[in-house]
Amino acid sequence: MRIQFEKRTDRNRLSGFLIPVLSFFLAILFSALILLFFDINPIQAYSVMVKGSLGSTYALSETLVKAIPLMLTGLGVSIAFHMHFWNIGAEGQLAMGGIAAAYVALFLKDAIPSSLLLPAMFLAGGLAGAVWGLIPAGLKSSIGVNEILTTLMMNYIATLLVEYLYLGPWRDPKGFGFPGTAQFVQAAWLPRLTGRVHYGIFFALAAAVLLWFLLSRTKRGYEIRLIGENPKAARYAGINITKNIILVMLISGGLSGLAGMAEVSGIAHRLYMGLTVGYGYTAIIIAWLANLNPWAILVVAFLMGALLVGGDQLQIAMQTPAAVASILQGAILFFMLGGSIFNTYKITITRTRSKKQGENAHE
Amino acid sequence: MNEAFVISILVITIRAGTSLLYATFGAILTERSGIQNLGVEGIMMVGAAASFAAAYHSNNGWIGLLTAVLVGIILGVIHAFLTITMRAEQVVSGLAMTIFGTGLASFMGQRLGPGNSTMVGLQGPSFERIPIPYLREIPYIGEALFNQDILVYALYLLIPLMWFYIYKTRQGLELRAVGENPQAIDALGMDVTKMRFLYTVAGAVLMAIAGAHLSLGYLQGWADNITGGRGWIAIALVIFSTWNPLRAVLGALLFGGINAIQFRMQAAGTTLPSSFLNMLPYIVTILVLVFITWAERNTHRFGTPSALGTPFVREEKK
Repeated sequence: MRIQFEKRTDRNRLSGFLIPVLSFFLAILFSALILLFFDINPIQAYSVMVKGSLGSTYALSETLVKAIPLMLTGLGVSIAFHMHFWNIGAEGQLAMGGIAAAYVALFLKDAIPSSLLLPAMFLAGGLAGAVWGLIPAGLKSSIGVNEILTTLMMNYIATLLVEYLYLGPWRDPKGFGFPGTAQFVQAAWLPRLTGRVHYGIFFALAAAVLLWFLLSRTKRGYEIRLIGENPKAARYAGINITKNIILVMLISGGLSGLAGMAEVSGIAHRLYMGLTVGYGYTAIIIAWLANLNPWAILVVAFLMGALLVGGDQLQIAMQTPAAVASILQGAILFFMLGGSIFNTYKITITRTRSKKQGENAHE
Repeated sequence: MNEAFVISILVITIRAGTSLLYATFGAILTERSGIQNLGVEGIMMVGAAASFAAAYHSNNGWIGLLTAVLVGIILGVIHAFLTITMRAEQVVSGLAMTIFGTGLASFMGQRLGPGNSTMVGLQGPSFERIPIPYLREIPYIGEALFNQDILVYALYLLIPLMWFYIYKTRQGLELRAVGENPQAIDALGMDVTKMRFLYTVAGAVLMAIAGAHLSLGYLQGWADNITGGRGWIAIALVIFSTWNPLRAVLGALLFGGINAIQFRMQAAGTTLPSSFLNMLPYIVTILVLVFITWAERNTHRFGTPSALGTPFVREEKK
């Protein structure tokens, strides 16, 4: 038997849709085996997860609440991935956005008119995320420092900085030892639509529209995609790669920073431990599952939000670790990766007879 | 500074550096063959959780170590299958491994204690320190180098072995070649796929052992997020080492030392907030990376295997 790989020239639309769906179901099966191994009934576990995340209006609204930061960070990392700049730092960029927004809300609330407080937080959050993304971008484009490692290390630093602030100098003196800052004034609260779903959802939708427009309707977007697909050709075409790296990371970090701003301003109304819970890592999976398409990112972020809410419900209802959600996420990505080969290659399996068999056939 | 203080720093340096070096060696083997594995953190995490659970329930550290080897083989095969056989994007497969592994380990940690309870805070069997007579009496370094657990001593053997294998044996030459120029290896009639598969799995086994040393040797127990970025620091150390196992030893000592200083300062009750102390290894990693990349750029002495991260595709004849 002989397996042959042939590069596909056509785009296979069917498999582009089929593979993610199939990966999803295979991952569910695979994770069910893991659950069985740990003596947990997978059918029961999955039904708790689905009911808890999609089964009621409350559940749906909680799923949306988690989907908002996932959409923003997912869109953020996707534009960097378009040019194969591996920004693994959405988590840290989100944290910095949260810190900057909290700073404005806590310490500039008297200096800024209350109607301008939210716009100021918006700007500060986006800017802080962008600056945090700019550091690895600058190191990469000027010296060539591996961006995977710098963005990742900066996640740890930002997370520890958040911890330092809410445990230390910014801690609420009247908080009875509660680890977090004081609650923001109401003018710094992002308005809510229903349940805990806040206006951050509009940031995400607007970001998707802007990204779609930038990537598929402008020359700049073409350059970004070309750098990712064929850096040599991009260089020959005279595209300024440094400039594009900087620009892309400003947008990428900025979007994650906004996610952090929306989290502190729309959900917690303070800076606290729950800000960095891994959205920035899930974002990587979302961007990849969605094939970096902004519309698909919105949908996949919603589904991943459901997975996270479902995991929490599992913990509450069955005392089963919520980490099931990350096992599922990782597994989906594994299957997706395994399946992506069918997108880029045409695989034919031909039977070749060995000499001996050939001779036997003649007898 | 008194002698006891210096010794305690050195002891922790070696213990912390050991797990880092196992992971770095694993990554060096993998990357030398041309495959990038960013799943170090995840593999270490599962290695730590699974080995601790197995050791706890069997009351035998060796069973724990064996479990880590098994974990390494399974996770290594997954990564190798996806990146080598299926030619998936190596960066993404590694990240998926880290996310999957972190989740799986956290799940195990909450579930594998007695009666489906948590493993946090449990005391299990561990690899105890075995003092080596006479050598241990050497001032300062004796206690640090020769009163350690068996995994540390095994590493002392592995260091020269790795160097000898990579630079002085035929297999080592082939390993270096398959990461530099797989086409040449293929033309010589050797099986690129098979070689890369083996080294990726062997590398993952070392990474899982690195995790086992955390939960059975250095930290002796399970805690959520026990690796705390050590897997990523190991990947940075590979760059620092320019894929040379002897230089990796230096890097592991440097980061082990930072860990030790952190630990001692916390114990001494410094006024510096612990959050800042904990940032230290990550900040140093970035600085070291910047410096190394900058220095290599100026001397044009890159150690990166040329074919790292590129799947091997044989030109099919029509």
